[in-house]
Amino acid sequence: MFKLINIIGLSITKILSEMGRMVLLFIETLSWVFRPPYRPFLIVKQLEFVGVKSTLVVIITGLFTGGVLALQTYYGFKMFSAESLVGATVGLSMTRELGPVLTGLMVTGRAGSAMAAEIGTMRVTEQIDALSVLAVNPVEYLIVPRVIAGVIMLPILTVLSDFLGIAGGYFVGVNLLGISSGAYINKLIQYVDLSDLYNGLIKAACFGLILAFVGCYKGYTTSGGAEGVGKATTQAVVMASAMILVADYFLTALMF
Amino acid sequence: MIRLVDVEKSFGTQKVLNHLNLEISNGKITVILGRSGEGKSVLLKHIIGLMRPDSGEIWIDDQEITGLKPRGLKEVRKRFGMLFQEAALFDSMTVGDNVAFPLREHTRKDEAGIDKLVSGLLREVGLEGIEEKMPSQLSGGMRKRVGLARALALNPEIVLFDEPTTGLDPVMTDAIGDLILETKRKFDITAVVISHDIALSAKIADELAMLHEGKIVEKAPPGAFFNSSVPVIKKFVNVQKFSLPSRDDELANHHD
Ligand SMILES: Nc1ncnc2c1ncn2[C@@H]1O[C@H](COP(=O)(O)OP(=O)(O)OP(=O)(O)O)[C@@H](O)[C@H]1O
Ligand SMILES: [Mg+2]
Repeated sequence: MFKLINIIGLSITKILSEMGRMVLLFIETLSWVFRPPYRPFLIVKQLEFVGVKSTLVVIITGLFTGGVLALQTYYGFKMFSAESLVGATVGLSMTRELGPVLTGLMVTGRAGSAMAAEIGTMRVTEQIDALSVLAVNPVEYLIVPRVIAGVIMLPILTVLSDFLGIAGGYFVGVNLLGISSGAYINKLIQYVDLSDLYNGLIKAACFGLILAFVGCYKGYTTSGGAEGVGKATTQAVVMASAMILVADYFLTALMF
Repeated sequence: MIRLVDVEKSFGTQKVLNHLNLEISNGKITVILGRSGEGKSVLLKHIIGLMRPDSGEIWIDDQEITGLKPRGLKEVRKRFGMLFQEAALFDSMTVGDNVAFPLREHTRKDEAGIDKLVSGLLREVGLEGIEEKMPSQLSGGMRKRVGLARALALNPEIVLFDEPTTGLDPVMTDAIGDLILETKRKFDITAVVISHDIALSAKIADELAMLHEGKIVEKAPPGAFFNSSVPVIKKFVNVQKFSLPSRDDELANHHD
Protein backbone atom coordinates (compact mmCIF):
# COMPACT_ATOMS: atom_id res chain seq x y z
CA MET A 1 0.00 0.00 0.00
CA PHE A 2 2.72 2.44 1.01
CA LYS A 3 4.69 1.36 -2.00
CA LEU A 4 1.75 2.21 -4.24
CA ILE A 5 1.36 5.64 -2.70
CA ASN A 6 5.08 6.11 -3.07
CA ILE A 7 4.99 5.24 -6.74
CA ILE A 8 2.02 7.50 -7.38
CA GLY A 9 3.74 10.29 -5.48
CA LEU A 10 6.92 9.86 -7.48
CA SER A 11 5.16 9.89 -10.82
CA ILE A 12 3.18 12.99 -9.87
CA THR A 13 6.44 14.74 -8.94
CA LYS A 14 7.90 13.62 -12.23
CA ILE A 15 4.95 14.91 -14.23
CA LEU A 16 4.96 18.22 -12.39
CA SER A 17 8.68 18.75 -12.88
CA GLU A 18 8.38 17.89 -16.56
CA MET A 19 5.53 20.36 -16.90
CA GLY A 20 7.64 22.97 -15.18
CA ARG A 21 10.53 22.38 -17.55
CA MET A 22 8.18 22.58 -20.52
CA VAL A 23 6.71 25.87 -19.38
CA LEU A 24 10.18 27.35 -18.82
CA LEU A 25 11.36 26.28 -22.25
CA PHE A 26 8.14 27.61 -23.77
CA ILE A 27 8.65 31.01 -22.18
CA GLU A 28 12.24 31.07 -23.40
CA THR A 29 11.07 30.15 -26.90
CA LEU A 30 8.44 32.91 -26.92
CA SER A 31 10.95 35.44 -25.68
CA TRP A 32 13.11 34.77 -28.75
CA VAL A 33 10.31 35.06 -31.31
CA PHE A 34 10.30 38.85 -31.35
CA ARG A 35 13.97 39.39 -30.60
CA PRO A 36 16.82 39.41 -33.09
CA PRO A 37 18.56 37.59 -34.60
CA TYR A 38 15.69 36.78 -36.95
CA ARG A 39 16.39 33.85 -39.18
CA PRO A 40 14.15 34.01 -42.26
CA PHE A 41 16.29 31.47 -44.07
CA LEU A 42 15.85 28.85 -41.35
CA ILE A 43 12.13 29.59 -41.09
CA VAL A 44 11.65 29.08 -44.83
CA LYS A 45 13.62 25.85 -44.61
CA GLN A 46 11.33 24.61 -41.84
CA LEU A 47 8.19 25.75 -43.68
CA GLU A 48 9.33 23.71 -46.63
CA PHE A 49 10.20 20.78 -44.38
CA VAL A 50 6.81 20.73 -42.64
CA GLY A 51 4.95 21.36 -45.89
CA VAL A 52 6.76 18.89 -48.10
CA LYS A 53 6.81 16.16 -45.48
CA SER A 54 3.09 16.40 -44.89
CA THR A 55 1.32 17.47 -48.09
CA LEU A 56 0.73 14.02 -49.55
CA VAL A 57 -0.59 12.53 -46.35
CA VAL A 58 -2.85 15.57 -45.80
CA ILE A 59 -4.23 15.23 -49.34
CA ILE A 60 -5.06 11.56 -48.84
CA THR A 61 -6.67 11.97 -45.40
CA GLY A 62 -8.66 15.02 -46.58
CA LEU A 63 -10.06 13.35 -49.66
CA PHE A 64 -11.05 10.11 -47.97
CA THR A 65 -12.42 11.71 -44.83
CA GLY A 66 -14.70 13.90 -46.92
CA GLY A 67 -15.71 10.85 -48.95
CA VAL A 68 -16.53 8.71 -45.96
CA LEU A 69 -18.46 11.55 -44.30
CA ALA A 70 -20.63 11.88 -47.38
CA LEU A 71 -21.16 8.15 -47.49
CA GLN A 72 -22.13 7.89 -43.79
CA THR A 73 -24.39 10.93 -43.64
CA TYR A 74 -26.09 10.08 -46.94
CA TYR A 75 -27.60 6.86 -45.58
CA GLY A 76 -28.65 8.58 -42.38
CA PHE A 77 -30.18 11.62 -44.04
CA LYS A 78 -31.88 9.54 -46.71
CA MET A 79 -34.27 8.21 -44.05
CA PHE A 80 -35.57 11.77 -43.63
CA SER A 81 -35.22 12.63 -47.30
CA ALA A 82 -32.61 15.19 -46.32
CA GLU A 83 -29.86 14.02 -48.69
CA SER A 84 -29.35 17.58 -49.86
CA LEU A 85 -27.80 18.40 -46.47
CA VAL A 86 -24.83 16.12 -47.09
CA GLY A 87 -22.79 18.97 -48.52
CA ALA A 88 -23.43 21.21 -45.53
CA THR A 89 -22.57 18.42 -43.11
CA VAL A 90 -19.33 17.60 -44.84
CA GLY A 91 -18.44 21.28 -45.03
CA LEU A 92 -19.16 21.97 -41.37
CA SER A 93 -17.39 18.86 -40.09
CA MET A 94 -14.32 19.43 -42.18
CA THR A 95 -13.82 23.14 -41.50
CA ARG A 96 -14.68 23.13 -37.83
CA GLU A 97 -13.29 19.85 -36.67
CA LEU A 98 -11.84 17.21 -38.92
CA GLY A 99 -9.70 19.43 -41.13
CA PRO A 100 -7.65 20.93 -38.29
CA VAL A 101 -7.57 17.85 -36.04
CA LEU A 102 -6.66 15.29 -38.69
CA THR A 103 -4.08 17.61 -40.19
CA GLY A 104 -2.64 18.23 -36.72
CA LEU A 105 -2.39 14.51 -36.00
CA MET A 106 -0.93 13.66 -39.39
CA VAL A 107 1.68 16.41 -39.28
CA THR A 108 2.57 15.33 -35.74
CA GLY A 109 3.34 11.89 -37.07
CA ARG A 110 5.36 13.16 -40.00
CA ALA A 111 7.04 16.39 -38.95
CA GLY A 112 6.71 16.54 -35.14
CA SER A 113 8.41 13.17 -34.80
CA ALA A 114 11.14 14.19 -37.24
CA MET A 115 11.81 17.35 -35.20
CA ALA A 116 12.21 15.30 -32.04
CA ALA A 117 14.53 12.86 -33.79
CA GLU A 118 16.64 15.55 -35.39
CA ILE A 119 17.08 17.73 -32.32
CA GLY A 120 17.46 14.64 -30.11
CA THR A 121 20.30 13.40 -32.29
CA MET A 122 21.92 16.82 -32.08
CA ARG A 123 21.63 16.62 -28.29
CA VAL A 124 23.23 13.20 -27.88
CA THR A 125 26.02 13.95 -30.36
CA GLU A 126 26.82 17.22 -28.53
CA GLN A 127 25.88 19.39 -31.52
CA ILE A 128 23.67 21.44 -29.22
CA ASP A 129 26.61 21.97 -26.85
CA ALA A 130 28.66 22.94 -29.89
CA LEU A 131 26.07 25.62 -30.74
CA SER A 132 26.32 27.02 -27.20
CA VAL A 133 30.10 27.00 -27.36
CA LEU A 134 29.94 28.91 -30.63
CA ALA A 135 27.88 31.49 -28.72
CA VAL A 136 24.64 30.73 -30.55
CA ASN A 137 21.59 30.13 -28.40
CA PRO A 138 20.22 26.69 -29.34
CA VAL A 139 16.64 27.62 -28.40
CA GLU A 140 16.75 30.61 -30.69
CA TYR A 141 18.52 28.69 -33.47
CA LEU A 142 16.72 25.35 -33.38
CA ILE A 143 13.34 25.69 -31.67
CA VAL A 144 12.06 29.13 -32.69
CA PRO A 145 12.15 28.57 -36.49
CA ARG A 146 10.39 25.21 -36.12
CA VAL A 147 7.66 26.58 -33.89
CA ILE A 148 7.06 29.54 -36.23
CA ALA A 149 6.92 27.16 -39.19
CA GLY A 150 4.40 24.96 -37.36
CA VAL A 151 2.13 27.89 -36.56
CA ILE A 152 2.22 29.18 -40.15
CA MET A 153 2.11 25.90 -42.03
CA LEU A 154 -0.70 24.10 -40.20
CA PRO A 155 -3.45 26.55 -41.23
CA ILE A 156 -2.24 26.34 -44.84
CA LEU A 157 -2.32 22.55 -44.79
CA THR A 158 -5.72 22.68 -43.09
CA VAL A 159 -7.18 24.81 -45.89
CA LEU A 160 -5.93 22.17 -48.29
CA SER A 161 -7.48 19.43 -46.18
CA ASP A 162 -10.82 21.27 -45.85
CA PHE A 163 -10.99 21.86 -49.57
CA LEU A 164 -10.11 18.28 -50.47
CA GLY A 165 -12.56 16.93 -47.90
CA ILE A 166 -15.35 18.93 -49.48
CA ALA A 167 -14.20 17.79 -52.92
CA GLY A 168 -14.10 14.16 -51.78
CA GLY A 169 -17.58 14.54 -50.32
CA TYR A 170 -18.77 16.05 -53.58
CA PHE A 171 -17.39 13.17 -55.60
CA VAL A 172 -18.99 10.52 -53.39
CA GLY A 173 -22.26 12.39 -52.89
CA VAL A 174 -22.81 13.70 -56.41
CA ASN A 175 -20.97 11.29 -58.66
CA LEU A 176 -21.51 8.02 -56.79
CA LEU A 177 -24.70 8.51 -54.77
CA GLY A 178 -26.56 10.83 -57.12
CA ILE A 179 -27.25 13.90 -54.97
CA SER A 180 -27.75 16.89 -57.23
CA SER A 181 -24.68 19.02 -57.67
CA GLY A 182 -26.68 22.22 -57.07
CA ALA A 183 -28.07 20.98 -53.75
CA TYR A 184 -24.64 19.91 -52.47
CA ILE A 185 -23.10 23.29 -53.21
CA ASN A 186 -26.08 25.49 -52.28
CA LYS A 187 -26.55 23.95 -48.84
CA LEU A 188 -22.80 24.04 -48.31
CA ILE A 189 -22.72 27.78 -48.97
CA GLN A 190 -25.90 28.34 -46.97
CA TYR A 191 -24.74 26.61 -43.78
CA VAL A 192 -20.98 26.95 -43.72
CA ASP A 193 -19.91 30.39 -42.56
CA LEU A 194 -16.55 31.97 -43.22
CA SER A 195 -16.23 32.10 -39.44
CA ASP A 196 -16.33 28.29 -39.35
CA LEU A 197 -13.32 28.27 -41.61
CA TYR A 198 -11.49 30.94 -39.60
CA ASN A 199 -12.10 29.28 -36.29
CA GLY A 200 -10.85 26.02 -37.74
CA LEU A 201 -7.71 27.76 -38.89
CA ILE A 202 -7.11 29.28 -35.47
CA LYS A 203 -7.35 25.78 -34.07
CA ALA A 204 -4.88 24.60 -36.70
CA ALA A 205 -2.39 27.30 -35.72
CA CYS A 206 -2.65 26.17 -32.07
CA PHE A 207 -2.11 22.55 -33.10
CA GLY A 208 0.91 23.62 -35.14
CA LEU A 209 2.33 25.32 -32.08
CA ILE A 210 1.71 22.23 -29.96
CA LEU A 211 3.21 19.68 -32.31
CA ALA A 212 6.29 21.73 -33.17
CA PHE A 213 6.99 22.76 -29.59
CA VAL A 214 6.45 19.28 -28.14
CA GLY A 215 8.63 17.76 -30.88
CA CYS A 216 11.38 20.27 -30.12
CA TYR A 217 11.02 19.93 -26.35
CA LYS A 218 11.29 16.15 -26.46
CA GLY A 219 14.29 16.38 -28.75
CA TYR A 220 15.95 19.09 -26.70
CA THR A 221 15.68 17.13 -23.46
CA THR A 222 16.81 13.81 -24.94
CA SER A 223 19.41 11.83 -23.05
CA GLY A 224 20.83 8.35 -23.40
CA GLY A 225 22.18 7.90 -26.90
CA ALA A 226 20.37 6.41 -29.88
CA GLU A 227 17.90 4.62 -27.64
CA GLY A 228 17.03 7.94 -26.01
CA VAL A 229 16.38 9.48 -29.41
CA GLY A 230 13.95 6.68 -30.26
CA LYS A 231 12.14 7.16 -26.96
CA ALA A 232 11.96 10.93 -27.40
CA THR A 233 10.47 10.50 -30.87
CA THR A 234 7.70 8.16 -29.73
CA GLN A 235 6.94 10.28 -26.68
CA ALA A 236 6.73 13.41 -28.82
CA VAL A 237 4.08 11.83 -31.05
CA VAL A 238 2.01 10.46 -28.17
CA MET A 239 2.22 13.62 -26.10
CA ALA A 240 1.53 16.03 -28.98
CA SER A 241 -1.41 13.96 -30.25
CA ALA A 242 -3.00 13.81 -26.81
CA MET A 243 -2.44 17.51 -26.25
CA ILE A 244 -3.98 18.33 -29.63
CA LEU A 245 -7.16 16.40 -28.77
CA VAL A 246 -7.44 18.00 -25.35
CA ALA A 247 -6.79 21.47 -26.76
CA ASP A 248 -9.38 20.78 -29.45
CA TYR A 249 -12.06 20.25 -26.84
CA PHE A 250 -11.31 23.46 -25.03
CA LEU A 251 -10.93 25.53 -28.19
CA THR A 252 -14.24 24.19 -29.48
CA ALA A 253 -15.95 24.99 -26.19
CA LEU A 254 -14.58 28.53 -26.40
CA MET A 255 -15.41 29.17 -30.05
CA PHE A 256 -18.73 27.65 -30.96
CA MET B 1 44.19 32.73 -16.19
CA ILE B 2 41.67 29.99 -15.67
CA ARG B 3 41.14 29.08 -12.03
CA LEU B 4 38.96 26.31 -10.62
CA VAL B 5 38.42 26.56 -6.89
CA ASP B 6 37.08 23.68 -4.86
CA VAL B 7 34.87 22.46 -7.70
CA GLU B 8 32.50 19.59 -7.01
CA LYS B 9 30.30 17.75 -9.48
CA SER B 10 28.23 14.60 -9.07
CA PHE B 11 25.91 12.75 -11.42
CA GLY B 12 23.39 11.09 -9.17
CA THR B 13 25.48 9.28 -6.59
CA GLN B 14 28.62 9.25 -8.73
CA LYS B 15 31.07 11.93 -7.66
CA VAL B 16 33.13 12.94 -10.69
CA LEU B 17 34.90 16.11 -9.54
CA ASN B 18 35.78 16.17 -5.86
CA HIS B 19 37.02 19.48 -4.42
CA LEU B 20 39.08 20.02 -7.52
CA ASN B 21 41.55 22.91 -7.67
CA LEU B 22 43.41 23.90 -10.80
CA GLU B 23 45.13 26.97 -12.20
CA ILE B 24 45.85 27.31 -15.89
CA SER B 25 48.25 30.09 -16.90
CA ASN B 26 47.62 32.40 -19.83
CA GLY B 27 49.63 31.87 -22.97
CA LYS B 28 50.63 28.33 -22.05
CA ILE B 29 49.66 24.88 -23.22
CA THR B 30 48.38 22.82 -20.34
CA VAL B 31 47.83 19.14 -20.96
CA ILE B 32 45.45 17.24 -18.71
CA LEU B 33 45.98 13.51 -18.41
CA GLY B 34 43.78 10.97 -16.75
CA ARG B 35 42.33 7.52 -17.10
CA SER B 36 39.25 6.96 -19.22
CA GLY B 37 36.10 8.00 -17.40
CA GLU B 38 37.92 10.04 -14.76
CA GLY B 39 36.04 13.19 -15.74
CA LYS B 40 38.38 15.02 -18.12
CA SER B 41 35.62 15.93 -20.55
CA VAL B 42 33.41 16.95 -17.63
CA LEU B 43 36.21 19.20 -16.37
CA LEU B 44 36.54 20.85 -19.77
CA LYS B 45 32.79 21.43 -20.00
CA HIS B 46 32.90 23.21 -16.65
CA ILE B 47 35.57 25.60 -17.89
CA ILE B 48 33.38 26.73 -20.77
CA GLY B 49 30.15 26.78 -18.78
CA LEU B 50 28.40 23.85 -20.48
CA MET B 51 28.10 22.21 -17.07
CA ARG B 52 27.64 23.96 -13.76
CA PRO B 53 29.43 22.69 -10.67
CA ASP B 54 27.40 21.61 -7.63
CA SER B 55 29.68 23.89 -5.65
CA GLY B 56 32.91 25.79 -6.12
CA GLU B 57 34.07 28.65 -8.31
CA ILE B 58 35.38 28.90 -11.84
CA TRP B 59 37.27 32.05 -12.79
CA ILE B 60 38.19 33.14 -16.31
CA ASP B 61 40.62 35.97 -15.64
CA ASP B 62 38.67 38.16 -13.22
CA GLN B 63 35.22 36.84 -14.05
CA GLU B 64 33.46 34.15 -12.06
CA ILE B 65 31.34 32.20 -14.56
CA THR B 66 29.27 29.76 -12.50
CA GLY B 67 26.77 32.47 -11.59
CA LEU B 68 26.56 34.09 -15.01
CA LYS B 69 23.27 34.55 -16.86
CA PRO B 70 23.09 33.19 -20.44
CA ARG B 71 23.93 36.57 -21.94
CA GLY B 72 27.08 36.99 -19.84
CA LEU B 73 28.10 33.43 -20.53
CA LYS B 74 27.70 34.05 -24.25
CA GLU B 75 30.14 36.95 -24.08
CA VAL B 76 32.67 34.82 -22.20
CA ARG B 77 32.29 32.04 -24.75
CA LYS B 78 33.20 34.32 -27.61
CA ARG B 79 36.76 34.24 -26.21
CA PHE B 80 36.80 30.44 -26.38
CA GLY B 81 37.16 27.80 -29.04
CA MET B 82 36.45 24.18 -28.26
CA LEU B 83 37.13 20.92 -30.01
CA PHE B 84 34.73 18.23 -28.79
CA GLN B 85 35.83 14.67 -28.22
CA GLU B 86 33.54 13.42 -30.99
CA ALA B 87 33.98 16.63 -33.01
CA ALA B 88 30.24 17.49 -32.79
CA LEU B 89 30.04 18.73 -36.37
CA PHE B 90 26.62 19.89 -37.51
CA ASP B 91 25.61 16.94 -39.63
CA SER B 92 22.97 18.84 -41.59
CA MET B 93 25.66 21.16 -43.02
CA THR B 94 28.56 20.67 -45.37
CA VAL B 95 32.12 20.78 -44.04
CA GLY B 96 32.51 24.27 -45.49
CA ASP B 97 29.35 25.53 -43.77
CA ASN B 98 30.49 23.99 -40.49
CA VAL B 99 33.76 25.89 -40.53
CA ALA B 100 32.04 29.03 -41.82
CA PHE B 101 29.34 28.87 -39.13
CA PRO B 102 31.12 30.92 -36.43
CA LEU B 103 32.31 33.39 -39.06
CA ARG B 104 28.78 33.92 -40.39
CA GLU B 105 27.36 34.25 -36.89
CA HIS B 106 29.90 36.59 -35.36
CA THR B 107 31.63 38.54 -38.12
CA ARG B 108 30.44 40.86 -40.88
CA LYS B 109 32.64 39.35 -43.55
CA ASP B 110 31.19 38.83 -47.02
CA GLU B 111 30.83 35.36 -48.51
CA ALA B 112 33.95 35.68 -50.65
CA GLY B 113 36.02 36.57 -47.60
CA ILE B 114 34.50 33.72 -45.62
CA ASP B 115 35.20 31.22 -48.39
CA LYS B 116 38.82 32.26 -48.43
CA LEU B 117 39.17 31.94 -44.66
CA VAL B 118 37.45 28.55 -44.66
CA SER B 119 39.71 27.09 -47.29
CA GLY B 120 42.72 28.50 -45.44
CA LEU B 121 41.60 26.90 -42.18
CA LEU B 122 40.97 23.57 -43.87
CA ARG B 123 44.39 23.70 -45.50
CA GLU B 124 45.99 24.20 -42.09
CA VAL B 125 44.43 21.00 -40.75
CA GLY B 126 45.46 19.14 -43.90
CA LEU B 127 42.04 18.86 -45.50
CA GLU B 128 42.18 21.07 -48.54
CA GLY B 129 39.21 21.12 -50.89
CA ILE B 130 36.64 19.09 -48.93
CA GLU B 131 34.24 22.02 -48.39
CA GLU B 132 31.37 20.34 -50.22
CA LYS B 133 31.52 17.01 -48.35
CA MET B 134 29.02 16.18 -45.61
CA PRO B 135 30.37 15.22 -42.15
CA SER B 136 28.88 11.73 -42.51
CA GLN B 137 31.21 11.13 -45.48
CA LEU B 138 34.34 11.72 -43.39
CA SER B 139 36.45 9.41 -41.26
CA GLY B 140 36.60 10.01 -37.51
CA GLY B 141 40.02 11.60 -37.77
CA MET B 142 38.92 13.90 -40.58
CA ARG B 143 35.86 14.98 -38.61
CA LYS B 144 38.08 15.85 -35.71
CA ARG B 145 40.29 18.03 -37.87
CA VAL B 146 37.26 19.83 -39.29
CA GLY B 147 36.15 20.39 -35.69
CA LEU B 148 39.57 21.86 -35.01
CA ALA B 149 39.27 24.20 -37.98
CA ARG B 150 35.85 25.33 -36.75
CA ALA B 151 37.19 25.89 -33.23
CA LEU B 152 40.02 28.08 -34.51
CA ALA B 153 37.92 30.07 -37.00
CA LEU B 154 37.43 33.12 -34.79
CA ASN B 155 41.00 33.26 -33.47
CA PRO B 156 39.93 32.52 -29.90
CA GLU B 157 42.10 33.52 -26.94
CA ILE B 158 41.52 30.24 -25.14
CA VAL B 159 41.16 26.91 -26.91
CA LEU B 160 40.00 23.70 -25.28
CA PHE B 161 40.98 20.51 -27.05
CA ASP B 162 39.24 17.30 -25.97
CA GLU B 163 41.53 14.53 -27.23
CA PRO B 164 42.58 16.25 -30.45
CA THR B 165 44.59 13.31 -31.74
CA THR B 166 42.75 10.21 -30.55
CA GLY B 167 41.93 8.17 -33.64
CA LEU B 168 44.55 9.82 -35.83
CA ASP B 169 47.54 8.05 -37.36
CA PRO B 170 50.98 8.87 -35.88
CA VAL B 171 51.95 11.19 -38.72
CA MET B 172 48.71 13.14 -38.40
CA THR B 173 49.06 13.19 -34.60
CA ASP B 174 52.43 14.83 -35.01
CA ALA B 175 51.00 17.31 -37.51
CA ILE B 176 48.18 18.28 -35.15
CA GLY B 177 50.76 18.71 -32.38
CA ASP B 178 52.63 21.09 -34.67
CA LEU B 179 49.39 22.88 -35.49
CA ILE B 180 48.64 23.44 -31.80
CA LEU B 181 52.18 24.76 -31.21
CA GLU B 182 51.96 26.92 -34.31
CA THR B 183 48.58 28.36 -33.29
CA LYS B 184 49.94 29.17 -29.87
CA ARG B 185 53.00 30.84 -31.34
CA LYS B 186 51.01 32.87 -33.86
CA PHE B 187 48.02 33.93 -31.77
CA ASP B 188 49.39 33.60 -28.26
CA ILE B 189 46.49 31.39 -27.20
CA THR B 190 45.94 29.69 -23.90
CA ALA B 191 45.40 26.02 -24.65
CA VAL B 192 43.95 23.27 -22.50
CA VAL B 193 44.52 19.89 -24.10
CA ILE B 194 43.13 16.59 -22.94
CA SER B 195 45.18 13.70 -24.20
CA HIS B 196 46.14 10.11 -23.57
CA ASP B 197 49.20 10.44 -25.74
CA ILE B 198 52.38 10.82 -23.67
CA ALA B 199 54.56 11.55 -26.70
CA LEU B 200 52.26 14.33 -27.88
CA SER B 201 52.00 15.71 -24.35
CA ALA B 202 55.77 15.81 -23.98
CA LYS B 203 56.03 17.59 -27.30
CA ILE B 204 53.52 20.36 -26.76
CA ALA B 205 52.99 20.81 -23.01
CA ASP B 206 54.25 23.76 -21.00
CA GLU B 207 52.46 22.25 -18.02
CA LEU B 208 50.97 18.83 -17.34
CA ALA B 209 48.24 17.98 -14.88
CA MET B 210 46.96 14.60 -13.75
CA LEU B 211 43.28 14.11 -12.95
CA HIS B 212 42.67 11.22 -10.62
CA GLU B 213 39.66 10.40 -8.45
CA GLY B 214 38.12 13.81 -8.98
CA LYS B 215 41.21 15.80 -8.05
CA ILE B 216 44.27 17.22 -9.75
CA VAL B 217 46.93 15.08 -8.06
CA GLU B 218 49.91 16.72 -9.75
CA LYS B 219 50.60 19.73 -11.91
CA ALA B 220 54.09 20.50 -13.13
CA PRO B 221 56.23 21.30 -16.17
CA PRO B 222 57.09 18.23 -18.26
CA GLY B 223 60.47 17.48 -16.72
CA ALA B 224 59.17 17.41 -13.17
CA PHE B 225 55.89 15.78 -14.14
CA PHE B 226 57.40 12.78 -15.89
CA ASN B 227 59.68 12.16 -12.92
CA SER B 228 56.86 12.55 -10.45
CA SER B 229 56.63 10.07 -7.64
CA VAL B 230 52.82 10.03 -7.66
CA PRO B 231 51.92 6.39 -8.31
CA VAL B 232 49.18 6.99 -10.93
CA ILE B 233 51.50 9.16 -12.96
CA LYS B 234 54.33 6.66 -12.77
CA LYS B 235 52.02 3.97 -13.97
CA PHE B 236 50.50 6.11 -16.72
CA VAL B 237 53.88 7.22 -18.02
CA ASN B 238 55.65 3.91 -17.70
CA VAL B 239 53.05 1.84 -19.50
CA GLN B 240 53.49 3.97 -22.61
CA LYS B 241 57.24 4.49 -22.30
CA PHE B 242 58.15 0.85 -21.98
CA SER B 243 55.84 -0.45 -24.65
CA LEU B 244 58.35 0.62 -27.28
CA PRO B 245 61.64 -0.82 -26.01
CA SER B 246 60.03 -4.14 -25.15
CA ARG B 247 58.87 -4.49 -28.74
CA ASP B 248 62.40 -3.63 -29.94
CA ASP B 249 63.73 -6.40 -27.73
CA GLU B 250 61.38 -8.80 -29.38
CA LEU B 251 62.62 -7.73 -32.80
CA ALA B 252 66.20 -8.03 -31.66
CA ASN B 253 65.54 -11.52 -30.39
CA HIS B 254 64.14 -12.46 -33.76
CA HIS B 255 67.36 -11.47 -35.45
CA ASP B 256 69.48 -13.71 -33.22
N1 LIG C 1 25.83 14.20 -18.70
C1 LIG C 1 26.21 13.20 -17.87
N2 LIG C 1 25.30 12.57 -17.11
C2 LIG C 1 25.67 11.58 -16.29
N3 LIG C 1 26.93 11.15 -16.14
C3 LIG C 1 27.89 11.71 -16.86
C4 LIG C 1 27.58 12.78 -17.77
N4 LIG C 1 28.72 13.16 -18.36
C5 LIG C 1 29.70 12.39 -17.85
N5 LIG C 1 29.21 11.52 -16.95
C6 LIG C 1 29.99 10.56 -16.17
O1 LIG C 1 31.12 11.21 -15.65
C7 LIG C 1 32.26 10.38 -15.73
C8 LIG C 1 33.37 11.12 -16.42
O2 LIG C 1 33.06 11.28 -17.78
P1 LIG C 1 34.02 12.00 -18.81
O3 LIG C 1 33.34 11.97 -20.11
O4 LIG C 1 34.43 13.31 -18.28
O5 LIG C 1 35.28 11.02 -18.83
P2 LIG C 1 36.67 11.25 -19.56
O6 LIG C 1 37.69 11.41 -18.52
O7 LIG C 1 36.53 12.33 -20.55
O8 LIG C 1 36.88 9.84 -20.27
P3 LIG C 1 37.44 9.52 -21.74
O9 LIG C 1 38.92 9.58 -21.66
O10 LIG C 1 36.96 8.13 -22.00
O11 LIG C 1 36.84 10.52 -22.67
C9 LIG C 1 31.83 9.12 -16.44
O12 LIG C 1 31.71 8.10 -15.48
C10 LIG C 1 30.50 9.44 -17.04
O13 LIG C 1 29.66 8.33 -16.94
MG1 LIG D 1 36.37 12.47 -22.54
